[in-house]
Amino acid sequence: MTPSNPSRRIEKPMRVEVDRPRCVASGQCVLVAPDVFDQDDDGIVVTLDERPDAPRHEDVREAAAICPAAAIALREE
Amino acid sequence: MADTATSAPAGLPEHPSPRAAGCPFDPPPALRSLQTDRPVSRVQIWDGSRPWLITRHEDVRTLLNDPRVSADATRDGYPHRSAAMQGSDPASQTFLTMDDPEHARLRRMVTAPFAIKKIEALRPSIQKIVDDLVDTLLAGPKPVDLVEAFALPVPSLVICELLGVPYEKHDFFQRNTRIIVRRTSTPEEVAAANAALIDYMDDLLADKLARPADDLLSVLATERVATGELTRREAARLGNLLLAAGHETTANMIALGTLALLRNPGQLALLRETEDPEVVAGAVEELLRYLNITHSGRRRVALEDIEAGGETIRAGEGIIFANDVANRDPAAFPGPDRLDLTRNARRHVAFGYGVHQCLGQPLARVELQVVYGTLYRRIPTLATAIPFDEIEFKHDGIVYGVYKLPVTW
Repeated sequence: MTPSNPSRRIEKPMRVEVDRPRCVASGQCVLVAPDVFDQDDDGIVVTLDERPDAPRHEDVREAAAICPAAAIALREE
Repeated sequence: MADTATSAPAGLPEHPSPRAAGCPFDPPPALRSLQTDRPVSRVQIWDGSRPWLITRHEDVRTLLNDPRVSADATRDGYPHRSAAMQGSDPASQTFLTMDDPEHARLRRMVTAPFAIKKIEALRPSIQKIVDDLVDTLLAGPKPVDLVEAFALPVPSLVICELLGVPYEKHDFFQRNTRIIVRRTSTPEEVAAANAALIDYMDDLLADKLARPADDLLSVLATERVATGELTRREAARLGNLLLAAGHETTANMIALGTLALLRNPGQLALLRETEDPEVVAGAVEELLRYLNITHSGRRRVALEDIEAGGETIRAGEGIIFANDVANRDPAAFPGPDRLDLTRNARRHVAFGYGVHQCLGQPLARVELQVVYGTLYRRIPTLATAIPFDEIEFKHDGIVYGVYKLPVTW
């Protein structure tokens, strides 16, 4: 693992993992990053893109930070 | 260190504490002092018990997501809001006061209609409801009470449509819900109001079983009651919870939000002059943060010993989360007492946090976006019709707001 680089210009690849059993269907991730997260028929999170490209990283981080159930994990490799 | 748990409680701050005179939008000053000096502190509540009060934003988020913290209101040590709530029948609990797995089982029965896309699909009908009510306001006499004429009807009409409750019954359910959320109601009054609402919902579910329609109560009736997964009584409690939560909270946000905006004309102008839905959506988050109408906080009980803020919360001790002052934590929101519709307020805890975070938040957001994005544009000269210091605030309410808001234009 390389240490994370704070530079905005060199974004590390990001991998999104969701913990569906934890999800409480608040829908906040869908509001913040609709290209990356969606909900199934019961409102439970599904990932549309597990490896979002760099311009979406900030929104995905925001989604993970506001998820009330901490059901979104990010691996920035 | 003195053992405050066994020594005289004198000197322990009482909770809730009053807001400062002339500052009806700000949390009580005592909470601000605790946040600075003792962010995890014992307080004394109405029954003489001494639960912990959590006042910092980060601690609220961490602990509300901690599996050692229980929402089960039947556990010893749970800090009840009032005698009426303490006295409520353990069999009448809803998933709000249950832990997983039972909480998740019941909550997931009603999450589907609140998914973002399904709520977005309701936006045109919500816009129509708001437009029609504004038309009626403009055609009617003035001054008029904005609460009765607008703030309560908007969410009541919307939740009735979603659940399949006839709106003609609104006097009945609004009156009974008001009794339940008033902190000064006696246990007998609350029990009677609850029973009336549950009986009504029970009858309605029987109708839906016989003649299902395209609404959430019909889904509960045909997919949960008919299958034996829920008794009709359990489904009635679930329906009643959604009906109450669906109108009382949003109604207070509409009226109190309007008053806060009228007191901050520069901010009101931002809303009145924008056509950008992103600006309106951001304004909704900031008003949720700033007003935090669920001012009696979230209630929990510790299942194990927990270290927090330099204190040890022992297993079996009550915890109250003061999300109102947490939303004014300068560590999370710079200049927290300024209403700034342009700030990123999305990390507020007005809907709570953790697995119990508000189920209806997508609906509340769209309702408030439509209201705040419409009312001030359609009535640009909207103004209060009585002096500010004559407006009565719901200091005694489990949900904060104004009783009446006479307005003119």
